[in-house]
Amino acid sequence: MEVPILKQGEVLIATFQAALSDADLNHLRMGLVQQVVKFRSRAVIVDVTAMDVMDSFASRTLREIAHMIRLRGAETVIVGIQPEVAFAMVQLGLTLEGVATALDLEEGLAYLTQKFKNTD
Amino acid sequence: MRAAEIRVAIHSDQDIVTARQEGRALAIELGFSTGDATLIATSISELARNIVSYARRGEITLKIVHASSRQGISIIASDSGPGIRDIRQAMRDGFSTSGSLGLGLPGVRRLMDEFEIASEPGRGTIVVVKKWKQ
Repeated sequence: MEVPILKQGEVLIATFQAALSDADLNHLRMGLVQQVVKFRSRAVIVDVTAMDVMDSFASRTLREIAHMIRLRGAETVIVGIQPEVAFAMVQLGLTLEGVATALDLEEGLAYLTQKFKNTD
Repeated sequence: MRAAEIRVAIHSDQDIVTARQEGRALAIELGFSTGDATLIATSISELARNIVSYARRGEITLKIVHASSRQGISIIASDSGPGIRDIRQAMRDGFSTSGSLGLGLPGVRRLMDEFEIASEPGRGTIVVVKKWKQ
């Protein structure tokens, strides 16, 4: 399954679909990091609004994506974790420690704009 | 009318997605809240992943269950894989033998209302979990 990756200035926006398999997630992890390198992006927003299940594999992959992108000197923001998904993650003991999160795409972009302003 | 049970053969990561989608659809159909349907789908995802990671193949069976005036869903995850040598240890948070995050079994137990496990080294593992409608 293809995940659309949109380039908006210095930011890449990846929109995750509901039915991502482990293979899709692995593929995406490599794809996103390669795109960050290719476009010299400063940040990635991963929009998980459509994801109805965030299990241990998915949350580990998101953490790995964020850490790999940080090693490239760019920032990752996860946006759109649904309330019931957040509840299930907490019950499972899954965390996204050290990874920035925001309510939705708009908030994620606002967070990055602020962040860029402080570092420019 | 729905079949009394739904069986999903688990061989690959794609089957994990199929199983959890079936589980969510059944939960919604039975009138579970979307929150509970998410807990059910997430539990199925974890149980099916254990099958793929440790036993390579197995089966997820979804059943509608009744008790007095309550209705619920039962999820049975079975495989003929290597089995779990020490169930007590496997039920501790953070325990893993395959370099993953762990079996996720303690987490699944927290997501569901009832949890049972039986395993025999060399023979396989069966996990039965239930969620009752509120």
